[in-house]
Amino acid sequence: MSLFKRLIRMDQPPIGFFLDGKAVEGRAGDTVLTAILTNADAVRASDVSKNPRAGFCQMGACQDCWVTLENGERLRACTTLLTAGLRVVTGRAA
Amino acid sequence: MKPAPLIVGAGPAGIRAAATLVRAGLRPVVVDEAPAPGGQIYRQPLVPDGRSPEARYGSEAGKAQRLHAEFAGLLNRIDYRPETLVWNLGQGAADLMHAEKTTRLAYDGLLLAAGATDRILPFPGWTTSGVFTLGGAQIALKAQGVSIGERVVFAGSGPLLYLVAWQYLTAGVRVAGVLECAPFSAKFNLVQGFFHEPRTVLLGLRYAAALRMAGVPMRFGASDLAVAGETRVTGIGWQEGRRKYHLACDAIGFALGLKPETQLADLAGCAFAFSPRDCAHLPTRDGAGRSSVAGTYIAGDGAGIMGADAAERAGERAALALIEDRALPFDAARAILLEKQLATMSRFRDAMAKAFPFPEDWSIADETLICRCEEIAAGEARAAIRQFGSTEINRLKAVSRLGMGRCQGRVCGAGIAEILAEESGQSLAAVGRLRGQAPVKPVPLTLLDTLPEAAE
Ligand code: FES
Repeated sequence: MSLFKRLIRMDQPPIGFFLDGKAVEGRAGDTVLTAILTNADAVRASDVSKNPRAGFCQMGACQDCWVTLENGERLRACTTLLTAGLRVVTGRAA
Repeated sequence: MKPAPLIVGAGPAGIRAAATLVRAGLRPVVVDEAPAPGGQIYRQPLVPDGRSPEARYGSEAGKAQRLHAEFAGLLNRIDYRPETLVWNLGQGAADLMHAEKTTRLAYDGLLLAAGATDRILPFPGWTTSGVFTLGGAQIALKAQGVSIGERVVFAGSGPLLYLVAWQYLTAGVRVAGVLECAPFSAKFNLVQGFFHEPRTVLLGLRYAAALRMAGVPMRFGASDLAVAGETRVTGIGWQEGRRKYHLACDAIGFALGLKPETQLADLAGCAFAFSPRDCAHLPTRDGAGRSSVAGTYIAGDGAGIMGADAAERAGERAALALIEDRALPFDAARAILLEKQLATMSRFRDAMAKAFPFPEDWSIADETLICRCEEIAAGEARAAIRQFGSTEINRLKAVSRLGMGRCQGRVCGAGIAEILAEESGQSLAAVGRLRGQAPVKPVPLTLLDTLPEAAE
């Protein structure tokens, strides 16, 4: 279930990306955080307890939203613009 | 030739500072983490999203447009570096990271306008998916056009609490409640505030009235907040006196006012002192914005919370000081006027700090996480304090992992100070502040390896 609800920019061109291997869509102008949370309710599992996390400050301060890509690279979701074909692993897939 | 002055931050203070330096014939470097100027308050969307400035910035649309236009007019007369992080500085040079590459920039004159982040104290469940800072909730709406949930509770304190709740309401989102941690009686201080800045107080009252008209429950004196929900937020509980309350919701925006970003001032070697008004250790400065380090100036919320209008004036005033210190002609009358305006605004801020006081007795249960990066609970922090007899926050950091995580204490700093003060029977002023350390935000380790040597 998604956490965020889109209020505007509904008709921006869709941008396809992958969440735990599943093809999903964001919109042009989305941060990676927005794109993930309009599709899911967490962006990663926390380091120790593996509890779901969804970011906190959305301004690049708390560092809570670093996500991992399939190739092992990491990026800060709230300050990164969504690009097509991104393959994000939230580590939350059932 | 002397290197150019460096301005860190392109919010209201940084923009006004840049314009002022340009007028004096200087060509400053302006470094900002965001992709577009405006700071957090006048943040721009990543792509045009069809919303008017009025829809996005509300009552402050005129100011946002003026500052954006002013900055656009400066572009070919400054060296603007967006999406760039200053991760280290000192000795007249700054290490900048852009696009995963780091470069060193020599500067002559440093003007820090780094802004602020939400001030947080922990409560049970605050790390649950769906709990965001008030600032984060606002950015989601303003810059991304999304709401953090469909049934949102806003909690904490500070003017932002009502502004963000009202912005969500106006955007058509269901606001399930506004929980103010300060008692209603504190609001009588707004009368004093009204005397200095009637417009600001009236706007705030308008937001509160609109929320009330819409039937949004508005509570005061809320304590012992607790999030319900395992994998995501399903509600929030709180207490008023001894009575317990609960509201169902699927997202929460929370903050207790704002906290200045002071890490770079620390790296620059500025002296700090405890500010009772901001309940934080802040770099000391004179009325013009000069820090204790010659050639280093501090302006805007990063020097102490005063709001965007004051930030504009402080940015300009600090730039005038830099110009004066370079022995260039400067407008002394203008400098006096700005300081006068800032003094009035400071009195307004005194009243606001009383109207939205930082909670005095925020109890943090042992099980509650205090550090969300490394997931350290308050009980572990207390055990470390007792075991090592810690009385100073950096010593505590050295013997525990508190404040060492990725956020560098930005989020957990206030909570750690709170617990240490309580455990060691000292004041917040006495426990000290977490010292800033390079890199002030995460930088790829591979970058650090390729550096000649870190600026010391
Ligand atoms: S949500 Fe805080 S850094 Fe991204």
